[in-house]
Amino acid sequence: MQDQCIINLVNLTKQFEDHTVLDKINLSIRRNEFLTLLGPSGCGKTTTLRIIAGFEQATSGQVLFDGEDISKMPPYKRRVNTVFQKHALFPHMNVFENIAFGLTIKKTPKDEMRRRVEEMLKLVNLEGFGERAVESLSGGQQQRVAIARALVNEPEVLLLDEPLSALDLKLRKGMQVELKRIQQRVGSTFIYVTHDQEEALTMSDTIVVMNGGRIQQIGRPEDIYNEPKNPFVADFIGESNILPGRMVRDELVEFAGREFVCVDRGIGEDLPVDIVVRPEDIVLVSPEQGMLTGVVREVTFKGVHYEMVIDTADGFSWLAQSTAMTPAGQEVGINIGPNEIHVMLRSDDVRGAV
Amino acid sequence: MERRWLVYPYHIWMLLFTVVPLALIFYFAFTVKGTYAFTLENIQQAASPVYLKVLWHSVWLAAVSTFACFIIGYPMAMILATCRVKYRNMLVVITIIPMWMNFLLRTYAWMTLLEKKGLINTVLSFFNIAPLQLLYTDGAVLLGMVYNFLPFMILPIYSVLMKMDRSLLEAAGDLGADAWTSFRRVTFPLSLPGVYAGMLMVFMPAVTTFVISRLLGGGQYMLIGNVIEQQFLAIGDWNFGSALSVFMMILIIISMALLSRYNKNGNGGMLL
Ligand SMILES: Nc1ncnc2c1ncn2[C@@H]1O[C@H](COP(=O)(O)OP(=O)(O)OP(=O)(O)O)[C@@H](O)[C@H]1O
Ligand SMILES: [Mg+2]
Repeated sequence: MQDQCIINLVNLTKQFEDHTVLDKINLSIRRNEFLTLLGPSGCGKTTTLRIIAGFEQATSGQVLFDGEDISKMPPYKRRVNTVFQKHALFPHMNVFENIAFGLTIKKTPKDEMRRRVEEMLKLVNLEGFGERAVESLSGGQQQRVAIARALVNEPEVLLLDEPLSALDLKLRKGMQVELKRIQQRVGSTFIYVTHDQEEALTMSDTIVVMNGGRIQQIGRPEDIYNEPKNPFVADFIGESNILPGRMVRDELVEFAGREFVCVDRGIGEDLPVDIVVRPEDIVLVSPEQGMLTGVVREVTFKGVHYEMVIDTADGFSWLAQSTAMTPAGQEVGINIGPNEIHVMLRSDDVRGAV
Repeated sequence: MERRWLVYPYHIWMLLFTVVPLALIFYFAFTVKGTYAFTLENIQQAASPVYLKVLWHSVWLAAVSTFACFIIGYPMAMILATCRVKYRNMLVVITIIPMWMNFLLRTYAWMTLLEKKGLINTVLSFFNIAPLQLLYTDGAVLLGMVYNFLPFMILPIYSVLMKMDRSLLEAAGDLGADAWTSFRRVTFPLSLPGVYAGMLMVFMPAVTTFVISRLLGGGQYMLIGNVIEQQFLAIGDWNFGSALSVFMMILIIISMALLSRYNKNGNGGMLL
C-alpha cells in the first residue's frame, strides 16, 4: 500500500500566528487516483494544496513525494502543477503564451509546443482563442485557460483548486466528464478541491471530507454517502435528518419518541447516539400505517421529486422526498426501514472524530 | 452635465500657464527680434553645429544618467516592494527624504564634498593620494543628476511592483520557473510601465537642467539648458532662446513618441 502512494501527508499541521488551520493531517494519495478534498469554506483545502505545491511551509509534519520528504523543496522543482483558485494567468501574455509557459521553460521544440498547446485549446473548448488577451476572456474562459496551462505539462500530480467554480451548470458537467477522462487517459494523479458535494461524488475515486482543519472521513464516494462516520459528514454530503437518540441494545434504537429496529450491533447499550436518515429513504404512508405521524408544513417542487417538511409531535421537522405530492396541512405517516437508519456514537467534539 | 462649469477653472489654468507661454515661445522663435516679422533664421541658427553639439552632449549625459538611475533604482525598488511591511515604510521615507530638502542645498552639499579641499580629497590625502579634479567634470554633473533624480526612477517602478499580483510568481514557480526566470518572464515585463514612467521622469529634468551643470560643471560648462538660460538672462535674445527651446521640445516629443510606441507594441520581456 505504502509504495503505491505518490504523496503522503504525515502529521501535517499549519498555523497562521496562533490560528491552527490544519491540524495533524494524515493522508496517503495513491498513484493515478482522483482524490477530492471536500469541505466548507475556510476548512483548509487551499492551504493543503499550497503546502503540497510548496507555496506554504507546514508548521510541522512532512510531505512525502514517492517516499521522499519534499517539505524543503522549492515549488519549481516539484513534479506538481496547480490550477489556481484565482487563475493567476499572466496578463502580459496571450492565451497561447500562457498555456505554453511551462513548455517554454522546459525548452520544448517550437512545433511540438504548438501542437500540444493547440491540442489543449481544443480540449478546453477554446479553439481559436490562442491570440486573445487573457483580460478579454470571461471568468469561465479564464478558468479553462488555467486548466490548460497546468495540464499541458502532463504533471505526475495535478492540483486543482475549485477549477470549475466559475462555469455554468452545463459547461461544468461537460468539463467534469472531460477532466475525469483526461485524468484516466494521461494517468496522472489529481488532487481536486471543491465544496460542491455532488461534483465530489461524481468525479472522485476517493473523497476526503474536511472540517475546521481536520479530516472527518476518507472513503469511496459510496461509503461516504452511505456510511457517514459522523453527523458533520452526513449533513455535508447530501441532505440529512440528524436527530438525537439512544441505543437501547443491539439492533434496537430509540428516537422521536419511539423505538425502531435497526441493523447496528456492538455499539453498546443505553448510550446516547445520533441518528441520520436520508430524506429519500423516508417512506410516506397514510397516518394509520406510519411508525410516526406528522403534518406537512411545506412542499417544494424539485424537478424529479417533491421535497416536504413534516413536523412530528416530538417537535422534530423531517425532510422527506417523494415523487407523489402531499399538500401542506395534511397529516401523513412516516416509515423508516431498519437499513436506512444510520446510528453514530455521539461525540460532542465532532471535529475530533476521524 | 449641468456641472460642466466646474472644469472652467482648470481650463483657465491651462490657458494662462500652458497655452499662453507655449504660444509666446513659438511666437518669439519665429519672429525677428523687436519686430513682428516672420523668420526661420532663429531655428536655422539653433540647428547649427555648435548648438547641435551642445544638444547632443546634453542628451547623452541625460541618457547616461537615466540609465544609471535605472540600474541603481530598479534593485532598490525591488527591495522596497519585497521587504517586510514593518521596514517598508521606513525605507520609502528614506528614499523620499532627500526630495524634501532644497534642491540647491543638496547640490551645494555635493560641491563641498567634491572640492579640491573637500571631504573626499581630504580623506584621499591621508592615503597620500594627490587631490583629484572631481568637481567641474562630466562625472560630477552625472553624479548630481543621478543623486537628484533617482527617486523619480524608484517610485514609479516601486508602485508598479507593489500592484503586481504575487500569485503570478507562484504560478511561474509552479510551472517550473526558478527565481531568475520568473523575474525575466513575469516580474520585469510587468514592471515595464513603471520603468518607462521612471525613465521619462528622470530624462526630462536631466536633459533640461541648468542648475546642476552650473554648480557641478562650473561656469564654462554648457548644456542646452545653460545655453537657453544664457540667451534669456545674460544676452537677452529671447527670440533665439525660444528657438532653442522649440528645437529641444520637438526633440523630446519625438523621443517620447518613440518610447511610448515601443511600450505599446514591444513585448519588453523579449529584451533580455
Ligand atoms: N496567509 C494566511 N494568513 C492567515 N490566515 C490564512 C492565510 N491563508 C489562509 N488562512 C486562513 O486559513 C483558513 C483556511 O483557508 P483556506 O484558504 O485553506 O480555506 P479553503 O478550505 O480553501 O476555503 P474556500 O473554500 O473558501 O476556498 C481560513 O480561515 C483562512 O482565513
Ligand atoms: Mg480555497
